[in-house]
Amino acid sequence: MQKTWNNKAWFLVLPVLLLVAFSAVIPLMTVVNYSVQDTFGNNEFFWNGTDWFTEILHSDRFWDALVRNLSFSVIILAIEIPLGIVIALNMPKKGVGVSVCLVLMALPLLIPWNVVGTIWQVFGRVDIGLLGHTLEALGINYNYTQDPFAAWITVIVMDVWHWTSLVVLLCYAGLVSIPDAYYQAAKIDGASRWSVFRYIQLPKMKRVLLIAVLLRFMDSFMIYTEPFVVTGGGPGNSTTFLSIDLVKMAVGQFDLGPAAAMSIIYFLIILLLSWVFYTVMTQSDAEA
Amino acid sequence: MSNRSEGSRLSFLIPTIYIIFLLLPIYWLVNMSFKENTEILGTFSLIPERPTLRNYMVIFTDPSWYSGYINSMIYVVLNTVISVAVALPAAYAFSRYRFLGDKHLFFWLLTNRMAPPAVFALPFFQLYSAFGLIDTHIAVALAHCLFNVPLAVWILEGFMSGVPKEIDETAYIDGYSFPRFFVKIFMPLIASGIGVAAFFCFMFSWVELLIARTLTTTEAKPISAIMTRTVSASGLDWGVLAAAGVLTIIPGALVIYFVRNYIAKGFALGRV
Repeated sequence: MQKTWNNKAWFLVLPVLLLVAFSAVIPLMTVVNYSVQDTFGNNEFFWNGTDWFTEILHSDRFWDALVRNLSFSVIILAIEIPLGIVIALNMPKKGVGVSVCLVLMALPLLIPWNVVGTIWQVFGRVDIGLLGHTLEALGINYNYTQDPFAAWITVIVMDVWHWTSLVVLLCYAGLVSIPDAYYQAAKIDGASRWSVFRYIQLPKMKRVLLIAVLLRFMDSFMIYTEPFVVTGGGPGNSTTFLSIDLVKMAVGQFDLGPAAAMSIIYFLIILLLSWVFYTVMTQSDAEA
Repeated sequence: MSNRSEGSRLSFLIPTIYIIFLLLPIYWLVNMSFKENTEILGTFSLIPERPTLRNYMVIFTDPSWYSGYINSMIYVVLNTVISVAVALPAAYAFSRYRFLGDKHLFFWLLTNRMAPPAVFALPFFQLYSAFGLIDTHIAVALAHCLFNVPLAVWILEGFMSGVPKEIDETAYIDGYSFPRFFVKIFMPLIASGIGVAAFFCFMFSWVELLIARTLTTTEAKPISAIMTRTVSASGLDWGVLAAAGVLTIIPGALVIYFVRNYIAKGFALGRV
């Protein structure tokens, strides 16, 4: 759409600007403030320069959490994106089946995140959970509170359970926008199933897939509640992701300086990644 | 797509298996919510042997439980109203006009949707303490605006861009003032968009726990936080926990039917 240049439009944006500034900029400034100060207690603060940043960037704890979180994000993307595409391709195209599928698939997306954690905590327990009980009956040793590997599997399966539907819904929305004529043309040309997917369906899904990757990456990069409820970051530190580590540091140990410095670094990483995704998205919009 | 027959006989299998995978843990929770604790811990049964409503009765009769639902509802609705109300004019500006810094502003809004709540939990606590707003519904409602306002702007912008600009121009020529045009003509045209934006604000405020828990102590505590507290304190009343979980799923399950055709557009930030 051709847009008119009109700086008065700023007045329409003003309420949003004020509200988001109140709930985003002021808190961020507090964090910046803490990140460069140290305290003796009693609310006495003094200038500490960049010491906290150096400390965080040299601490194994931060890098371990970052690597853990990145591995988690990459693993769930590698599972959820292809799985979501496959399910979307096989969804019914018309009739009541469509509504039933959409409603049932969207269900996990609307469950409060800690209830998602509770559901899986219960489901996976060996003594009372269906999954844990079944696995034990099959002779598989599975205990997510003791075994880091089992804890990782549980957290990953839980995330796949929770969020694959998002990918499915987005891909499905991309697929239904393809006109029937495309498929008829492909049929006349004798195109194989694969080339229909590769040259008709995948290009049409490119845009929504970008959004799916963006949302899934960002949300998994800041995941807190679900793994916290299920594993509490354990066993040991094996499922302590960035947000869990940050809350531990800020609320548990009350190390405000390091926690603030870590927040800033964390936020900058997110900002950088958002910018990369945003640029890729706007460019692909411009091409389309 | 309907006339592609190869493999279509089996293609219903994949969504079916996926849906069974989705429903199994939920089924187990529902199953547990109708059992007594002795049955949960003692025996392993796929359907309750002695079905009981006791767990639900505990929640509906104990104010410390059911007030959690009321608290959640109050701040979620407050947040939805605030978010959509401020997002409407902003989305209109983004969809119709170019102005100084518009692209940067749009990107900045996106970064707030992506901001980790863990970063904001502690500063939020201090900010709202300074204003004496801790443990009020409005504090949680305002805090959730952090991610819901950007989301509402994005979704509404997507819907508004689908309305041809000629409609605005014709209305202005007919002598409509901007507010009157916006309320009388424009808002009915994007009614479904407003509904979808409201739904998504509702949803993300409903599922969030970290910030809601940090900003509340007793008076405005959300149901999800009450659940976690009870798990640690009262020696794990699994049946009540399961019943409380089931009750948090119901509101989402009810509204989802109405937005099923728009849900993808909402998740795509209005860009499908």
